[in-house]
Amino acid sequence: MGMGLMSGSMIKVVIGPQHPALKEPERFIIEVEGEQVVQVTPRIGYVHRGIEKAMENRTYIQNLYLAERICGICSHAHTTCYVQAVEDLLSVEAPPRAKYIRTVIAELERIHSHLLWLGILAHEVGFDTFFMYVWRDREVIMDLLEEISGNRVNYAMNTIGGVRRDLDQEKISKILKGLEVIEEKAKKYIQMIQKEPTILKRTVGVGYLSSIDAVRYNAVGPLARASGVKRDVRKDDPYIAYDDISFNIVTRDEGDCFSRMMIRAEEILESINIVREALSKLPVGDISVKTRLVIPPSETVSRVEAPRGELIHYARSNGTDKPERYKIRAPTLANLKALCKMLTGIYLADVPVILAGIDPCFSCMDRMQIIDCEKKEKQSWTLDDLRRYAREWYQKH
Amino acid sequence: MKAKLADKILKWARTRSLWVTHFNTGGCNGCDIELVAIFTPRYDVERFGIMLKGSPRHADVLAVTGPVTRQVRDRLLTIYEQIPEPKHVIAIGTCAVSGAPFWDGYNVIGGVDKIVPIDVYVPGCPPRPEAIIYGFKKLIKKMEAEEDIE
Repeated sequence: MGMGLMSGSMIKVVIGPQHPALKEPERFIIEVEGEQVVQVTPRIGYVHRGIEKAMENRTYIQNLYLAERICGICSHAHTTCYVQAVEDLLSVEAPPRAKYIRTVIAELERIHSHLLWLGILAHEVGFDTFFMYVWRDREVIMDLLEEISGNRVNYAMNTIGGVRRDLDQEKISKILKGLEVIEEKAKKYIQMIQKEPTILKRTVGVGYLSSIDAVRYNAVGPLARASGVKRDVRKDDPYIAYDDISFNIVTRDEGDCFSRMMIRAEEILESINIVREALSKLPVGDISVKTRLVIPPSETVSRVEAPRGELIHYARSNGTDKPERYKIRAPTLANLKALCKMLTGIYLADVPVILAGIDPCFSCMDRMQIIDCEKKEKQSWTLDDLRRYAREWYQKH
Repeated sequence: MKAKLADKILKWARTRSLWVTHFNTGGCNGCDIELVAIFTPRYDVERFGIMLKGSPRHADVLAVTGPVTRQVRDRLLTIYEQIPEPKHVIAIGTCAVSGAPFWDGYNVIGGVDKIVPIDVYVPGCPPRPEAIIYGFKKLIKKMEAEEDIE
């Protein structure tokens, strides 16, 4: 946007690109008039590491480890998507037991991701006690994931043609025990979110996205479901063991930050039921099949419902042990347009909550720059400053 | 004599209240959440006086995660320069240590030590919260052994 567009009272606020605690840095240039946001321009690409190109230079087995490191929160979703694509290229299918184990890990990961996000949003509205509670309880899930896989974050459970580690009876009983704890806590959170005035005041009616806009801007995952759009790859295009498991898609009609919070909390309960059902139905048999390492020329698209929404991987093979082309579309990118729509016309004080609402999760060290065009004055702000500004603004209004 | 005592008090205070600012130079998030996790009740490093701060101008320590991409190189330098002396840098995760699986990426410069000097390396993908706490304790030991500044 040109500087000529700006009137005297128009101020350009630059947020980002650093927000270190979570997710890829994105930069938002926000034009404000007084308190109101007029226009939002995102600028992405700060964590561009060239993964797609790197994947073309590595073998399919090596790429498994690279795919795991695309995102540290939904690492299992990425590998599931990757192995699904490669298994499709090879025309092999993972054994049923492997599919169920993948489902268990995927849902445990969803629980941990949603808990993490609930904490972050609570932190953004200035309710740090809730943040601490949620992150304390999240450790229960982290312990389970470590018990199953040996690592807290990158589980390395998936391999081409199955999974690498089996679940025994001892682990299953530990998972069930852990789930009981989380279920009780999640119910408590739902009550808390509905009653706590701090959360209600900062989230109800904030960042409204109508269901028409959610479809028009192609929102995915909890963001779309919070606007009443029933969109979930687990039901629309069932993969791994989801077609054998009965579960509900949680949707709400409010379309604001409050409903996004409720959706995540309710999805935790739904995920707990999925894990329970998957564990009770766990088939016996092998956990992986042997596959070839050279893949004949072909191409495929693979879809997975990551904790943040629909994740798409595309792969093209050329008869060697390396892919010819690999493409990844992460859910945050899809939600970015809807985010810009939500940010337009709102108060500057609501920006942190809405940004966190789509789950790219800004955190402590974000810096923003305010350029007052009239004074040609530069002022550096961190997200902490913005958060403090937001709290003070809400105390006044 | 007086100046020496002042130095001692300064060092004592400094090593018992480390303020950390965190910068993700292009990491995947794994290390970032593990770093945030050490400030939450299970690990709670505030008992050692370690606190996460938003602004580099308030910080003693820069915690860096992720391989340095070309886009953030200048930003990393700016942030490093904004931290008041004496400053220390801790590299968390194998990416920040060496560039790890992204070492040959066209947009990746490599480990953080190619851009700014590093005091403590914490390897792991991602390092466990306990390992990060151990890294901070090592840093405190190193700071205590350092010659008096000023």
